[in-house]
Amino acid sequence: MKQDLAISVSKLTKRFGAFTAVNEITFDVKQGEIFGFLGANGAGKTTAMRMLCGLSFPTSGEATVAGFDLFRDAEKIKKNIGYMSQRFSLYEDLTIRENIRFYGGIYGLTDQQIKTKTDFMVGQLHLQDQINKLVKSLPLGWKQKLSFSVAMLHQPKIVFLDEPTGGVDPVTRREFWTLIYEAAQNGTTVFVTTHYMDEAEYCDRVSIMVDGRIDALDTPIELKRKFNAPSMAEVFVQLARKAQRGE
Amino acid sequence: MRVLRILLEKEFRQIFRDPAILRIIFLMPIIQLIVMPLAADYTVKNVKLCVVDYDHSSYSQKLISKITATDYFQLVDYTDSYEKALKYVENDQADLVLQIPSSFEKQVVKEDKATLFMALNAINGVKANLGGAYLRYIIGDFNREVRLEWLQLPRFSPQPTIQISALNWFNPTMNYQIFMVPGILVILVTMVGAFLTALNIVKEKEIGTIEQINVTPIKKYQFILGKLLPFWVLGLMILTIGLVISRIIYGINPVGSILTIYVFAAVYLLAVLGMGLLVSTFANSQQQAMLLSFFIMMIFILLGGLYTSIDSMPEWAQIFTKFNPVAYFIEVMRMVVLKGSTLFDIRVHLATVFLFAIVLNSFAVWNYRKRS
Repeated sequence: MKQDLAISVSKLTKRFGAFTAVNEITFDVKQGEIFGFLGANGAGKTTAMRMLCGLSFPTSGEATVAGFDLFRDAEKIKKNIGYMSQRFSLYEDLTIRENIRFYGGIYGLTDQQIKTKTDFMVGQLHLQDQINKLVKSLPLGWKQKLSFSVAMLHQPKIVFLDEPTGGVDPVTRREFWTLIYEAAQNGTTVFVTTHYMDEAEYCDRVSIMVDGRIDALDTPIELKRKFNAPSMAEVFVQLARKAQRGE
Repeated sequence: MRVLRILLEKEFRQIFRDPAILRIIFLMPIIQLIVMPLAADYTVKNVKLCVVDYDHSSYSQKLISKITATDYFQLVDYTDSYEKALKYVENDQADLVLQIPSSFEKQVVKEDKATLFMALNAINGVKANLGGAYLRYIIGDFNREVRLEWLQLPRFSPQPTIQISALNWFNPTMNYQIFMVPGILVILVTMVGAFLTALNIVKEKEIGTIEQINVTPIKKYQFILGKLLPFWVLGLMILTIGLVISRIIYGINPVGSILTIYVFAAVYLLAVLGMGLLVSTFANSQQQAMLLSFFIMMIFILLGGLYTSIDSMPEWAQIFTKFNPVAYFIEVMRMVVLKGSTLFDIRVHLATVFLFAIVLNSFAVWNYRKRS
């Protein structure tokens, strides 16, 4: 595998019985890249992402993530990736500080590292007053930013974000993308799914999934040129309209 | 080990932050141990009796007053119509009808022989059975008195009489509570262990945090130990509360060593927690986990020898109880509390339950998937 590739996927497939959720997708993601993973609901994005995170066994194909084989070394991959799922998955009945300590601890951070990280995160997210409050009392936007920071806690090489900004207001979305850019600048590869086409424009490269296949993959500018469309939204609609399967 | 410490820290924080769980942990044993043994008593009292007296003699009066003098019977009506008495039974106002024939006194005195008729309402089988037995006993007693009064006994009884004197070992006064309380304590420890473990893990599945854990490099055994240990501790806590309550309220002091109980409970809890864990690997929602645990628990408890004796079960059920950890703990509790059995006496029980623990936990760990 080439050194500068964070993710390399070849003909990766996932079948549930007769249903092929992900159908022979092939793509590479370069290190430090912000890779937009687009597709309509039910196109297979989340399934593909869950495979890459080692949460779901691929049916066939090949893939390396962070330099490790997805079939043989899934547990080694897990040390090197961060994951933020579609569902909010911090503990609502723990405080911000306790959540950070828990996830940091699981990734093997020392008490000193956890303390440094906590201080840094709290400063970055302006959560000084909330640090000892239960997470369930936070508004959604803050929860999402917190989730992202927790996923970045152990400085992973790659971070997978599954619709991180779903249901979040535009201001918070902008702030969220600032966090993403910061992470990418520090060398983290960002693999992100979204339904917001303005966010697709922020990505270095974008792939669009239709019915389990990747139908287009390029920079936003190239895609717009190829499809002769003024915006990513137009590109998306042209492709997604061809979808055979519903939600 | 640091990972395990972090997991335990989080688990205990969550448990002690949840008032509902705390209430279950502390109030359930107290209420169950105080209310259940007092209410769920095997001794049948207040059997509703209806007497149909066709004789109206002094003997029939004597018999009736002898019966009603005990607190087992409650006289509903004294009538001279069997039809009327049967109506009481039909309306569930009477459990027992005693019919005294018209020539009762005459027969007893002159012919040395009389027949009484008893009709039982067998909808509640236990009550009918025991009520009938009590009544028979009282009538038998009455019979002896009458004979003493009327018959000139020959110098030597024509029939040899065998007297039986009985001694109840280990529970001399046949105290029902001493028998029940240790068993109820076992049920409590079992329920808390199995239910809370299963629900706790399935809850993480439901809210999606388990996925966040599965995407970390955490080892399966770390996660599972982190889940089991807190409930193991809680189970032993409940046992302690229960032992204290049974001592204060029922004055039950185990004849055997408390340590023996704890050693067995420690191993037993591993088996129970393994069962909860196993349920959680199959269930996807808390409802499923609850129903599945409840189903298993019902069978284990009903076939565990708490309410009915295992020895009187049909053979297939007795074989089943060999695979029922609850039955082992109930037996061990009774052995230690009533008889003073030692670790050596319960070694077979201990080894068997240990085996259950290994099998259940291995199965659960094997069935727990970080990756689907």
